[in-house]
Amino acid sequence: MEELAAEKHVRYILSVEKKKDSFESVVMEHLRMNGAYWGLTALDILGKLDTVDVDEVVSWIISCQHDSGGFGGNVEHDPHILYTLSAVQVLALFNKLDVIDVDKLTSYIVSLQNEDGSFSGDIWGEVDTRFSYIAICCLSILRRLDRINVEKAVKYIISCKNMDGGFGCTPGGESHAGQIFCCVGALAITGSLDLIDKDLLGWWLCERQVKSGGLNGRPEKKPDVCYSWWVLSSLIMIDRVHWISKEKLIKFILDCQDVENGGISDRPDDAVDVFHTYFGVAGLSLLEYPGLKPIDPAYALPVDVVNQIFFSKTSTNVIK
Amino acid sequence: MHGQPRKPLKQEDESLLSAKAAKLRTLQSQFFANHRDRIYTQEALDLSAKLLETNPECYTAWNYRKLAVQHNLSRSDPDYVAFLFHQELKLVENALRKNYKSYGAWYHRKWVLSKGHSSIDDELRLLNGFQKADSRNFHAWNYRRFVTSLMKRSDEDELIYTEEVIGENFSNYSAWHNRSVLLSNLFKSKAEEFPLEEKVLQEYEHVRSAIFTDPDDQSGWFYHLWLIDLTVKNYAPLLVSSWPSHGSNITLNGNNCIYGCGLSLLNSTLSDTRTLPVILYFNQAVEGINLSTVAVKSELLKEDLVWKPLSTNNSSTAQVWGAYLNLGNMELEQSKTYSIKITIGHSMGIVSSNGYQYGDPYQIAFKLCVQTASTKPVEEQGGKLTSWKDNNFQKIDHFEDSDSIVSADLHIPTTSDWCMKAIEEEITTFRDLLSEEKCKIGKLSLARLLTALDLITHQHDKRKNHTEEVLKLYTDLMELDPTHSLYYKDEHSLVLLKQITSSRESLLPYCCYYKDATEANTSYVCLRLQNLSLSRMGSFENLLWVQMLDLSHNDLRSIEGLEAMQLLSSLNLSHNKFGSFTVLGPLRSLKSLKVLDISYNKIGSHSIDTRRYLCSSPLANTEVFAWDRFEILCGSFSATKFWEAFLIFESLNLTDLNATGNAVADENFTSFIVKVLPTLKWLNSEELA
Repeated sequence: MEELAAEKHVRYILSVEKKKDSFESVVMEHLRMNGAYWGLTALDILGKLDTVDVDEVVSWIISCQHDSGGFGGNVEHDPHILYTLSAVQVLALFNKLDVIDVDKLTSYIVSLQNEDGSFSGDIWGEVDTRFSYIAICCLSILRRLDRINVEKAVKYIISCKNMDGGFGCTPGGESHAGQIFCCVGALAITGSLDLIDKDLLGWWLCERQVKSGGLNGRPEKKPDVCYSWWVLSSLIMIDRVHWISKEKLIKFILDCQDVENGGISDRPDDAVDVFHTYFGVAGLSLLEYPGLKPIDPAYALPVDVVNQIFFSKTSTNVIK
Repeated sequence: MHGQPRKPLKQEDESLLSAKAAKLRTLQSQFFANHRDRIYTQEALDLSAKLLETNPECYTAWNYRKLAVQHNLSRSDPDYVAFLFHQELKLVENALRKNYKSYGAWYHRKWVLSKGHSSIDDELRLLNGFQKADSRNFHAWNYRRFVTSLMKRSDEDELIYTEEVIGENFSNYSAWHNRSVLLSNLFKSKAEEFPLEEKVLQEYEHVRSAIFTDPDDQSGWFYHLWLIDLTVKNYAPLLVSSWPSHGSNITLNGNNCIYGCGLSLLNSTLSDTRTLPVILYFNQAVEGINLSTVAVKSELLKEDLVWKPLSTNNSSTAQVWGAYLNLGNMELEQSKTYSIKITIGHSMGIVSSNGYQYGDPYQIAFKLCVQTASTKPVEEQGGKLTSWKDNNFQKIDHFEDSDSIVSADLHIPTTSDWCMKAIEEEITTFRDLLSEEKCKIGKLSLARLLTALDLITHQHDKRKNHTEEVLKLYTDLMELDPTHSLYYKDEHSLVLLKQITSSRESLLPYCCYYKDATEANTSYVCLRLQNLSLSRMGSFENLLWVQMLDLSHNDLRSIEGLEAMQLLSSLNLSHNKFGSFTVLGPLRSLKSLKVLDISYNKIGSHSIDTRRYLCSSPLANTEVFAWDRFEILCGSFSATKFWEAFLIFESLNLTDLNATGNAVADENFTSFIVKVLPTLKWLNSEELA
């Protein structure tokens, strides 16, 4: 079996930042904040976060915060909850949550909760359980979860539960592994995992593993490295991860590496990108691949970062 | 980037792309200038349209379009308004042709339509086009549900649509899913026109043809399981078992030790605090167990019972509820019998999580009496080291008549004939399928159907059950589908446990007297389920009476559900596969637990903790970390390192703990645990000074 080309992946991630003028990065410039999260978290898991200029990243993040408190995907872009979470996560990576206006940020997220407990992504009102996860995850990291109506938020998520035990974007929406991660993650962070039918959902999730060892996101779809994160983290949170073959999945992810130039792709021999590189590395971390920092399945941050937030007296005081 | 081949670009492609990139960048910066300066002229709109047609993912541009619509709406000319919205719809259509997975584009269309200025007549036609091109696009399906509800199209019509789609190609999970949503709605809203029975029988036939056409195609698998559930599941909450069970006699000796119910084991915590646990076990999680829904009548009752959900999460719903009857300082008269009556469902209010009410009230009556004081005070537990060696256990020939080892099934309503017939028919057809083809879904479905049949026939008569066949099917599946072998093994364990715990007779071979070699007087009943290759625990509803449990030498990774066993005082979990302390979360609610053996497991050898979020903790926002206590007890240790052990053990009163043979159990841990557990007398089989 191939081994993880860790050094090449580090070099690849660092090189993406420098190719600002490529067509790909122009098309993707609106989600640079997500990209920063993917790249930097992958670097941290690979043990190479110290190669990054912290001040540069932090000041860029600050420049993406709007008066409303929310963050845009890049300077000049509108605020949206999708990028707000990435900003919070990256700041958490660097233990720099104290540099932003947490009150304003909190009010922004709180303002997006709707009467039925759901969350809008921004002022324009699109509702999706992804946004429920994001709101809950952000506020929990900031230790401000009490500012929203958690009970209603949980109720809304449960109203999106399907006959297969999975969850959709809105009530009636089809189950999808990415969406399931969001809902399971939100329920995990709010201590509500008992509301999940773990055996039913676990069976659906474990059947995402196809013959090649890779995981797909819905029945009868192709496998994709990104589901190594969405499916695997969900299986871990409901304690059913032993229902798939770890060895086969590790092999699939390693087969998706570009061993020459670094980076990981969706499927073997496809073009690599930073999104799949992160999900591949994070998946391997969840699979306890040697040499990688463990990652937390609910907050999607390295375990040491999460533990620092929740089990260190000083950090609680700083954020309070 | 999805599905793009990994290959270096040709020279001409590269220059072409970089020209495209430059063009797009110019477009973007012009757009940002307009957005900043709030310019919403037609020219500016055209520019943003161009940007979105090239890159539909540029969400800020969709926001800009919405601002422009709001701005331009102030011009009240109705023709212009119509044009304005038409322009937006056209743009969305173009953007979707570029990328039909663009969240921003789909939402923009919803936003425009919900303004109410545009006709929705064309929407289904447009959708049909997209759904033909990609019949699994979940954006399109979500949008379809939005549009059909906006145009008030009936669920029946949509049901026909899913039939057509499935008719063209059964391999369409999205359509099966939508069918389950529509049918669930119809069962609720039009129960008379849509009788469950008739519909479910039709659906079995429908999905069967999908599964039988290609058994490896998963499209119908989950739908079929859903149908089985609809056929046999009791949606209303039911009491499955209780402790004490109805009609039981509990004897306390002079030292207030609990005897009877097959228990000879002294439960010292219970007698120390002079409390008696009462456990209610339901078929599903319920809420609303309180003084008004559960009435208790007894002269022993001096204060109101406080019902608590026995759950490792901190929710208000739970499958198991417990209360402690406080005997307080009451002087119990020798040889007198006290009766206790508990009425469950005394008033309305016990509700399942999906809103079903508990039915008729049910009464549990049991008796409590006090025996003559024993001649000598029973030695406090923990005075001696508990040894789990075989020679300390003695087989039991028969139970005493007064023992009620199993809490028998309570009033489970009889199932309708159609349910039985439906399951039997499915069993026949799946047997036919398997005679032609050894497919995994065939075996798995058959195993599930037979289990379902046993569940419902159990209530009618105790005909021959199918346990042996089901166990064999799961064993076959482990071999047939090794990737998921541990799923089948877990199912296998649950079926095996159901069989073992189903009656007093079946339990007898697994029950032993625990005999302390040096103390011939005291002998306790121990349930020994060791060495059964169990990968999962279950059937807790039949084990509420157990005080001493040996689960050693199995393949257990979790003890999910063990929190129901409130009488448990000694537990052996050694030689299993427990990977973390958080796995032991259920123990936190076991007030009587004194002896715990977790030796030879894998605690500390995994970097990823799979129970981290199933255990109540600050991470799950279910409790605040007790800093004060932590600092007093073990301030010199790092909380980020020891928080799990602290959370689990801090609330326990163990006297005897064995943790040897785990990666975590180094000297550091030993000195930590002694501080967290001041009650400890024995650690790793050695007496503490």
